[in-house]
Amino acid sequence: MSYEAHFRVWRGDIDGGALHDFTVEVNEGEVVLDIIHRIQATQAPDLAVRWNCKAGKCGSCSAEINGWPRLMCMTRMSIFSPEEIITITPLRTFPVIRDLVTDVSFNFKKAQAVPSFTPPKELQPGEYRMQQVDVERSQEFRKCIECFLCQTVCHVIRDHEENKPSFAGPRFLMRIAELDMHPLDVADRKDLAQDEHGLGYCNITKCCTEVCPEHIKITDNALIPMKERVMTRKYDPLIWLGRKIARRS
Amino acid sequence: MATGTVPGPGKARGVFSAGRAQIAEKTLRTDNWRASPIFMAVILGIFVVYSGVRLFMNDNYYAAQEHYLTPMYSPCISEACVEGSSDFGTWLPDLGTGVPIAILAFPILTLFRATCYYYRKAGWRSFLLSPQACGVPEPWKKYTGESRFPLVLANWHRYFWMGACLLLLINTFDAFKAFEGVGDGIGMGVGTVIMWVNLIALWMYSMSCHACRHILGGQLKHFSKHPVRYRIWKFISKINPKHGDWALISLFTVIATDAYIMAVSAEWISDFRFFN
Ligand code: SF4
Ligand code: SF4
Ligand code: FES
Ligand code: FES
Repeated sequence: MSYEAHFRVWRGDIDGGALHDFTVEVNEGEVVLDIIHRIQATQAPDLAVRWNCKAGKCGSCSAEINGWPRLMCMTRMSIFSPEEIITITPLRTFPVIRDLVTDVSFNFKKAQAVPSFTPPKELQPGEYRMQQVDVERSQEFRKCIECFLCQTVCHVIRDHEENKPSFAGPRFLMRIAELDMHPLDVADRKDLAQDEHGLGYCNITKCCTEVCPEHIKITDNALIPMKERVMTRKYDPLIWLGRKIARRS
Repeated sequence: MATGTVPGPGKARGVFSAGRAQIAEKTLRTDNWRASPIFMAVILGIFVVYSGVRLFMNDNYYAAQEHYLTPMYSPCISEACVEGSSDFGTWLPDLGTGVPIAILAFPILTLFRATCYYYRKAGWRSFLLSPQACGVPEPWKKYTGESRFPLVLANWHRYFWMGACLLLLINTFDAFKAFEGVGDGIGMGVGTVIMWVNLIALWMYSMSCHACRHILGGQLKHFSKHPVRYRIWKFISKINPKHGDWALISLFTVIATDAYIMAVSAEWISDFRFFN
């Protein structure tokens, strides 16, 4: 079954822009990215859009669809009624380049700031031995496709540009948690998470989890466990007292 | 046709910050995103009002005949507690009518719930509007979350959890006591059933807690070296995703249990007994 859908697509660049109306054909089984491509093919050949795999695996086609951060290639048209007006904008947390394309380099800088996997010094590559039960917890986090939808929706930086320097965002706090749980990682990541990457800014309101297309339980399985680990290190009065006494004697 | 205006430079913050796509609307969400935070605010409001009233009532917390003690007043440790309600001693003097008898249990339970990750989320969304709903801008100029005093103290949740677990053991004792018959022997009434439903809800709530999950296993780096704690962690990880549900269910069962015991104790209703 085909029908004509009503789309509003944001077009513009850093100097300004607006929502543009399009009436465009939709066929059974299509996803939002198909419709964007049709607009590009038939009505707006210079419409800028980033995409690669069309299979929900490269994380390039992130946009906001009716105000909700989503992958365009994984958003089926069948979730909308034919009468509905569908509004597509670029991610509203990062600087826009053109049309639906944003500059997500903030995320790459934050990724760089997380110290990489640090195995014990005496251990040589090839000597790593790990039990499955020890790694399976962090395997969930390895499903991340770096679409940065979680980064986009997180109010800490979405609503506060000034927090960007002090907050890494859910994706990279999850990376820190992943390494902190890693059986072979010996780096100290607890102070780092709190002091450098702003874990305390997260108020566990779970929007990152709600939008993650890989259904990673970011808040429950990475951020909260990391908060608990930081708590033991930094805020546990009993442990603090124990450490004081140990230092004395 | 193009629509939309560019916001003035004066109030350029959040999604209107310089450099971001200039879109006039604060949010373009089309669903009913206001419903959930309002619903939550109403539920929490009802609970706060109810428990506040009950706290200062200082009465009708123990149904002596049926041996039902409400979880809100348990353990009853004041010399003012009515006869039969203080199985754990009365080591607190009678502080007069204006002072709540539940002066021990109440603060622990309040702090336990207030620092619970689920209620924190609910509070941030419903009362502090940070954020009300995902992708909906919060109204504040500045935001530092839980990184500073006093909100950083929410990190002490694990201690309130431990306190709540001790109280829960006492609630478990109370629930067994609810099998004592009117007069002699054993017995069971509707109140016993209500108390047990509440007890199960409270255990599920407390055992699915994130701090519990961390303490009993989550803090480990090598599960393979601690097989028992790994299994405990596995179990908690199974019920933990439903922690929010248990938080709400147990909120209602506590109110229901307390209200029922209050009604029986005040003789507004009489407890239906299955056997005595
Ligand atoms: S749970 Fe924390 S990291 Fe995730 S969106 Fe909310 S504030 Fe951001
Ligand atoms: S955690 Fe999920 S939402 Fe965030 S970048 Fe990875 S896949 Fe995307
Ligand atoms: S195009 Fe690769 S995730 Fe959508
Ligand atoms: S997280 Fe809710 S009780 Fe601990």
